[in-house]
Amino acid sequence: MEDSAKESVECTIQRIKETARDIRIHIIEMTCKAGSGHPGGSLSCADIISTLYFGGVLNVKPEEPLWPDRDRFILSKGHAAPALYAALAERGFFSKDILPTLRQFGSPLQGHPDCRQVPGVEVSTGSLGQGLSMGVGMGIAGKLDKKQYRVWVLLGDGECQEGQVWEAAMAASHYKLDNLTAIIDNNHLQIDGRIEDVMNPEPIAEKFKAFGWHVLCVDGHDPCQLLKVFQEASAVKGRPSVVIAETVKGKGVSFMENKKEWHGKAPTPEQAEQAIRELKMLEV
Amino acid sequence: MFEASEMKATRDSYGETLVELGKENPDVVVLDADLSSSTKTSLFAEAFPDRFFNVGIAEADMMGIAAGLARSGKIPFASTFAVFASGRAYDQVRQSIAYPGFNVKIVASHGGITVGPDGASHQALEDIALMRVIPGMVVIVPCDATETRLAVRAAARYHGPVYIRLGRAKVPKILRAHDDFEIGKGLVLWPQLDGRGLDDLIEDRQHSNPEEAPFAVCFVACGVTVQPAMEAAEILEAEGISCLVIDMASVKPIDEDLLATAARNSRVIITCEEHSIIGGLGSAVCETVSKTHPIPVIRLGIEDQFGQSGSAEELMEAYGLTSSNFCQQARDFLETWWQFF
Ligand SMILES: Cc1ncc(C[n+]2csc(CCOP(=O)(O)OP(=O)(O)O)c2C)c(N)n1
Ligand SMILES: [Mg+2]
Repeated sequence: MEDSAKESVECTIQRIKETARDIRIHIIEMTCKAGSGHPGGSLSCADIISTLYFGGVLNVKPEEPLWPDRDRFILSKGHAAPALYAALAERGFFSKDILPTLRQFGSPLQGHPDCRQVPGVEVSTGSLGQGLSMGVGMGIAGKLDKKQYRVWVLLGDGECQEGQVWEAAMAASHYKLDNLTAIIDNNHLQIDGRIEDVMNPEPIAEKFKAFGWHVLCVDGHDPCQLLKVFQEASAVKGRPSVVIAETVKGKGVSFMENKKEWHGKAPTPEQAEQAIRELKMLEV
Repeated sequence: MFEASEMKATRDSYGETLVELGKENPDVVVLDADLSSSTKTSLFAEAFPDRFFNVGIAEADMMGIAAGLARSGKIPFASTFAVFASGRAYDQVRQSIAYPGFNVKIVASHGGITVGPDGASHQALEDIALMRVIPGMVVIVPCDATETRLAVRAAARYHGPVYIRLGRAKVPKILRAHDDFEIGKGLVLWPQLDGRGLDDLIEDRQHSNPEEAPFAVCFVACGVTVQPAMEAAEILEAEGISCLVIDMASVKPIDEDLLATAARNSRVIITCEEHSIIGGLGSAVCETVSKTHPIPVIRLGIEDQFGQSGSAEELMEAYGLTSSNFCQQARDFLETWWQFF
């Protein structure tokens, strides 16, 4: 690789990391202000979302959110809305000033994403297990219209317990949707405990393989690896691909990491202060 | 008259009652879909881990498993949020549970807008309608912790499919010591009958003032709207407007006799529900009153729209589910009621 190209990759990685940290800080501030929300699952996907929006993966135009050729991103695990809102605001889809209105009466930033109210939100989600099917629909439309756009769908690992996810997996493979990539935020926790204890969906990789998907496994907190597999996924021909991203729920905040209690609970102002202090000290 | 100290969420009462039932009957089994800490089935899970099944985030599967358990002699209680129990798993409830008439109790928490900040995706405003329209399905919406306990126990005694809708928010105590719950029966909460029959009271009033309807306004409410309906009655009575308040927790089967009596002796019925005004309690009241004794019915609830994020209080205010709006609606009607005849 030439020096200049190498440097620019390093720049990209740096930008992804810095923005991921900013997204995490927003997540803490927003949920704290709201007094409710889902910090754990938002923190676990911050690096994935930052890589998509700030690593040059998603081809989108903040000034024209419904640009017909845009890449589509579906947050199927809609409860991670704070992470998506923060990324969209950082990317310039709307002003960061409204982030603190999350979940408040009259705010466009509903507890779960509402595509009628927020520019950049592709579909309304919150009821788990439905995003991949919508992604299949967009993938089919892209093929019909001979468009070059790609469709990216982020799912939770617990979410994969919904049967509809596997109905969509079958359809994506049947229709050879190589323009579709699913990303699993594999943090091993759901509301009632460890995924493996509640209702074990493993081995997820083998299941997707058996359904005809190209499977990629990656550290979901490493932008270098994420960028690489996202590029690989985009190059696969004739079938959909899935990125199984190993993550830590609550990532970046010591007292939230790997704790199911932080799935759906807001930090107090004191806890938020500590969390933000930790996040600011992180080396990026 | 309302002791705010005794606030308790109906879902908490559900969890405790399940534990009682678990002790009394080894056939009681409980299912959940990764929301046991919210629906409070976690209390049963702790007490009877062998009879608790957390199927993961798979509501349709849960309803099917419950059907199979019921067919095999168990008494399954299946719980998740109301929006998923009634919507996500609708076809499984219809085909696998209700059509064969299996003895499954679907107890759904987080009904209505008092879910609050989670927003529209999590606020069931159609569940009463969806469940009510299924043949043979019993639909119960208790108003407080005591009524929840009584309703859950009644559901366990009853053989057949039952849907019980519970809430997220804490609610005040409403039922008095002597009040009971029975499937198919409404409860007169206002005026206080003190052991007398409603008919006796009506007769007295007709006797002393034959010109006037015994009640100007009859409120029929269920769930969290019972409390503001009671407050509205208190306010209106102070203004000289006589009221009747019926807690119609048993939305289906509904208390047709009580509603006929209420209709015959009131100028207007005002229904109050934390649900769409299409297909819920208001519709059920209209369906029966229209055949027994048609009088004007004002349906208060959520107009044809989705909910939104906000605090429970803000949303109750925004959608007019407050005593002040109930009062205003009553006054507005009474000012012009003669136009209806
Ligand atoms: C259909 C449906 N059922 C239940 C819920 C309630 N719920 C919200 S988040 C969640 C757990 C999600 O776990 P997972 O997919 O692993 O997400 P993450 O760990 O990334 O937060 C549940 C059960 C829901 N939103 N939708
Ligand atoms: Mg998870």
